[in-house]
Amino acid sequence: MRAELTIVFTIVRMVCVSDALNRRGFLGLAGALGVAALSGCGGGSASSQPTAGGRLRAVYAGGGAKEVLDPHVQSLFVDIARHKAMYEKLVELGPDLKPVARLAEKWEHDGKALTWRFTLRDATFHDGAKLTAEDVLYSLARIADPAVPDRVAQSSLATLDLRRSKAVDPRTVELVLAAPNAEFPALLAGIGTQIVRDGFNDPTKPNGTGAFKFVSFDAGRSMVASRYDGYWDGAARIEELHVLSADAEARANAVQGGQAEYANDMTATFARTAEAGKSVRIVAAKASTMQAFVMKVDQAPFDNPDVRLAFKLLADRQRLVDVVLAGRGTVGNDLFGKGFQYYPEDLPQRERDVDEAKALLKKAGLVNKEIEIFTADASAGFVEAATLFAEQVAEAGVKLKVTTGSPQTYAKDLLTKGAIGNHRSGAMPIPQYVVDRLLSKSPFNVTHWRKPAFDAAFAAAQVQTDEAARSAKYGELQRTLHDDGGILAWGLPDYLVAVSPKVQGVQAVPPNTVDFGRFDKVWLA
Amino acid sequence: MRSYAAGRAALAVVQLAVLSVLVFILTSLLPGDAADLRFTETLSPEQVDRLREQLGLDQPAPERFVHWFSGVLSGDLGTSLISGGPVSSIVRDSVGATLVLTLATLAVVVPLAVALGILMGTRENGRLDRAITSVTLALSAIPDFVIAVVLIAVFSLKLGWLPATWIGSSLLASPILLVLPVTVLLGRTVCLLSRQVRAGTITALNAEYVVQARRLGIPRRRLLLRHVLPNAAVPGVQELARTGDTLLGGVLVVEAIFAIPGFATALVDGVETRDIPTVQGLTLVLAVAALLINLVADLVCNRLVPRTELLR
Repeated sequence: MRAELTIVFTIVRMVCVSDALNRRGFLGLAGALGVAALSGCGGGSASSQPTAGGRLRAVYAGGGAKEVLDPHVQSLFVDIARHKAMYEKLVELGPDLKPVARLAEKWEHDGKALTWRFTLRDATFHDGAKLTAEDVLYSLARIADPAVPDRVAQSSLATLDLRRSKAVDPRTVELVLAAPNAEFPALLAGIGTQIVRDGFNDPTKPNGTGAFKFVSFDAGRSMVASRYDGYWDGAARIEELHVLSADAEARANAVQGGQAEYANDMTATFARTAEAGKSVRIVAAKASTMQAFVMKVDQAPFDNPDVRLAFKLLADRQRLVDVVLAGRGTVGNDLFGKGFQYYPEDLPQRERDVDEAKALLKKAGLVNKEIEIFTADASAGFVEAATLFAEQVAEAGVKLKVTTGSPQTYAKDLLTKGAIGNHRSGAMPIPQYVVDRLLSKSPFNVTHWRKPAFDAAFAAAQVQTDEAARSAKYGELQRTLHDDGGILAWGLPDYLVAVSPKVQGVQAVPPNTVDFGRFDKVWLA
Repeated sequence: MRSYAAGRAALAVVQLAVLSVLVFILTSLLPGDAADLRFTETLSPEQVDRLREQLGLDQPAPERFVHWFSGVLSGDLGTSLISGGPVSSIVRDSVGATLVLTLATLAVVVPLAVALGILMGTRENGRLDRAITSVTLALSAIPDFVIAVVLIAVFSLKLGWLPATWIGSSLLASPILLVLPVTVLLGRTVCLLSRQVRAGTITALNAEYVVQARRLGIPRRRLLLRHVLPNAAVPGVQELARTGDTLLGGVLVVEAIFAIPGFATALVDGVETRDIPTVQGLTLVLAVAALLINLVADLVCNRLVPRTELLR
């Protein structure tokens, strides 16, 4: 039903809403009236000079009763956006996913990356209390509480030894790790690592240091927050922020119909029709996510490195990007994190080579054999990509049979089902991606890449305190993955946000980075 | 009449119990449970297992059902596996929008369909009858979502007269939100209902007693209102009960398009997150409403035309 809706909406939008068609007189009177209405809000000279005041309504994909106010339990984009308005982390990630200072204004380690000292900023909670080292220790202990398994940062911060960590003075906190880790600041920038006030235990009464103060919350519908004048990073320009929940079609209608000024995560199809009109502007963060096929390296036929390479050579990446992503993205190079810190930029782009792939598949005895690709409608484009890829693989004489599973359980099923399947990842630091997905004990190791030598080399790189040396070691590991790994990264989709033309100051940066959804920095012209 | 009501009530209890078991079995058969679905690359498998234990999902299914059912018997619909709050509050939060939408639709549909039905029935096969038939049939043949999309494109996005969605607004503050969804829901309901009234009118007009009454010279107006309408209304009332059922269940398409936080949305969310207590609670409430509506419809028919037999 949702797919049908999207198709009908797209057609109607192209026919009725796009200005290009209106000028040809389509819809007669309605068209004329509409153009007048549109020029009222879209045309004119949008002032680039920041102005204060007003209300901004931002709408995200909703999660119904699943939506929470507790910043340590967040996992949905809509939750993250709400919590980001009210709470902050010690560290955030820059556009290249490199740690940047937030509530911690600086940090240093003992030379071995085992004991870390964070100097706190002069920030104030909404209840008027100053941020102290005790708040930080309390927040980290709250995240680690084993009695509450849904605190999301629990496993990523398991390396923290809280018993040995301490407050040096009110503005300095010393955090001790169980094992050295030069990437520790980035871990503090992960999902669900917000700093709450010492003793905070009632999530329904939010109290953070963020740019907006809590007003009201209705799970599955809305959150309202108002400007916090005591914000350390300069008070927001808008006075009131509404973070609302809705499906993709409703988001599109809301932002086009003037019921919202910011709509998160829009489709490429919507972007194309919307850009033809003037009622919204599309802000596209280039290559912010990754779409890949993942092959299990311990299962036939992908336990043979030749077969993995053959499949990588068979992918017509540009065609996949053009068709599945409607051209809104760039081709992938079988690695996560293009453009991010530690990515080996000198790696040549893998090109399609059907002849070589054929030779490899013949050697492996796979010609005219059938392989199953396990997919599901779990993320936009999964099934389409699998179907199109099956056509591309068929050119080498291998039949790829597309099997579709349950969308809701796909993330879990993929760990055990199917020798090849779909994978999508949002923006995160490269070392974190490796820890989550590419080590023997990684919880989300969808390619079953379990190599003790790789684990050891990664561990050695992670403790390397010299950034250049660390970067070189990570580079080596990524080259191994590019040649031998089970990830066939075919596309890097743009992340699309639709804004009303009067909204200024929205930055085109990947989600989960510091300047994404910074409603304290935008203004209404 | 009293024994009749008691019989119907006893039957209803059995129906509800069977329904609860069925819904429980069906939702349990869906792949994955509420803990599994939290496995979204933020919770590790080990955290998911601990969560499953906390939610009690590691208990055998029959045990969980008995626990839930004994709660229902004492008036407790249980606790949502997702929000951790009472299911009754999810029911309360979602029923309002659907109820208002249903009542508003019925308030427009009933007089409109009755008027159209009598108009058509008294002019059987006339030009007006054929014109109204064509228009209502055409409207009912177009899927809801197509009508909705076109109305939004024209009246919201193009002309800017009506809000496109319910996002961020409340019915109390802007009742105008009802206009588009009610218009969409009218299409099919008016058609079905008016056709029933039309058929009833024609049957009644050709019935012996009406022919006789006409021979006796009873004025046409009185004939229509006192003798034809009550008989013509019987199939209409039964159709109305069905319409009420459908509308109360929440019309998913309409709720999805206009972002209405109603019953159907809550039900779909519940199924998608495998929140079994919520799905159970919502279906139970819906089933009770359906049983009540049908009972009332039967009683109304009996009142209108006492010779209609009550269903047993």
